[in-house]
Amino acid sequence: MATRDCGQESAMSTPCIGEAGHTGDWRSVRPKFDETKCLAVKAGRPACFQCWAYCPEGVIKKEIGTEVDLDYCKGCGICAEVCPAGAITMVPENAEDAE
Amino acid sequence: MGTKKHHISIITGNDAAAEAVKLCGVQVVAAYPITPQSSVVEALSKYVEQGIMNAEFVTVESEHSALGVCIAASTVGARVFTATSANGLAYMCEQVHWAAGARLPIVMCCVNRAMAAPWSVLNDQQDSMTMRDAGWIQIFCRNNQEIHDTVIQAFKIAETVHVPVMVCYDGYILSHTVMPVELVSQEKVDAFLPKYVPHTILDPSHPRNLNPVTLADPRKDGSGTLCHGYMELRYLHQEALLNSPAAIVAADKEFGKLVGRNWGGMVWGYRNEDAEILLMAAGSLTMELSVAVDAMREEGIKVGVLGLRVYRPFPNKELVEAVRKAKLVAVFDKSLSYGNEGPICADLKSALYTSGVSPVVHGYITGLGGRDVKYRHLIEAAKKSIAALNNGNPVKETEWVNVQI
Repeated sequence: MATRDCGQESAMSTPCIGEAGHTGDWRSVRPKFDETKCLAVKAGRPACFQCWAYCPEGVIKKEIGTEVDLDYCKGCGICAEVCPAGAITMVPENAEDAE
Repeated sequence: MGTKKHHISIITGNDAAAEAVKLCGVQVVAAYPITPQSSVVEALSKYVEQGIMNAEFVTVESEHSALGVCIAASTVGARVFTATSANGLAYMCEQVHWAAGARLPIVMCCVNRAMAAPWSVLNDQQDSMTMRDAGWIQIFCRNNQEIHDTVIQAFKIAETVHVPVMVCYDGYILSHTVMPVELVSQEKVDAFLPKYVPHTILDPSHPRNLNPVTLADPRKDGSGTLCHGYMELRYLHQEALLNSPAAIVAADKEFGKLVGRNWGGMVWGYRNEDAEILLMAAGSLTMELSVAVDAMREEGIKVGVLGLRVYRPFPNKELVEAVRKAKLVAVFDKSLSYGNEGPICADLKSALYTSGVSPVVHGYITGLGGRDVKYRHLIEAAKKSIAALNNGNPVKETEWVNVQI
């Protein structure tokens, strides 16, 4: 068996990013940002960041102009729920950016 | 006491176990009281308070926590021990599986007691048998000396194969009955049992994830190494159990060389060299079977005892060899797989099926909930089986011994 080469006899690993696999693979919907509505982008300065604060995976950066690490975003949709400006919508994973 | 060559103590099975735990340099004991196990850890608590045992004694609120503490302490590299019985074992069930799946070399005495409901504090082996599929090694002891010696061997076995070991012995019949026991000297135990070198150790400077959510399929970890999926880990666990007889037999042999007595490894026999009829059981019942065999030999019946010492891993090969010349094996189970038959009887049949060795196998259910099993009951049962064999109608349903319904 190929996994025998890992030399482990119980489930044990070193913690690091990606240790549990790309959990973003579980996602069926992804967040889509409309930057024309985002409060921070419109103000041109740090503002709001509700999406960053509520993201349970910590994959949204606290920066102006929203960036999501899709390797680990599970598509839970909490960011879309909490966004006061309605700037985030959840779109099917296979829809890409097609409007 | 270490200066005397043969120091014989007249002690209970529970004290014999506790003395062995002390000799093994156990560092953490966690336990919750339950009859008939309690006096094992009461003795250990006393040793710790008296300063003659350098261990942490952790009092907990349940058996689930008792084994949880042992799992944690074993994970950071301590040699650990706990003991329980019946409903206590059932209550720690989740942790029993965890200890095995985490491959921790924990040793636990299961002082066999009947499962409730209804309440019974008396002996049968239903408690251990309900945990047979949890992935532990299970060894059944026939007398107090074997309990003492087996606890010492158990640490060696567990730390060799990285599988926890349950040392099972009959409540009251052994746990609370005094017998002569030769305590092994500290020097000999130290020579037999090297310091535990943990294979899973928690170290704050080298953090690890232990037993995290493991997905169905193998996958690469953060460093790119392909790691086991759940099924590969179960395969390794089974492989460890199937390979463990070598370690169990080696430990018993090495112990025998050092101390001057051993216990047969996986299975043992009494007056069975030329036996056509074998009476099989695990635990103290084998001693009563030995009395029955002596009486039947007086009558000229070629009968012997087949003692099952290790129940998991099940000694398939050893049992096939042991029964090769027998015409009949009568199996006396002190537990029951409800809706089927006695678990030892069923497992023996399974071992024989593809072996080409096919003695008649009869099952008997005995001694549930402390029902006394006298040697005359065993002789009566054995003679019923012999009669069935001689009548040319050897197929026989499982029978309950001394049930008065």
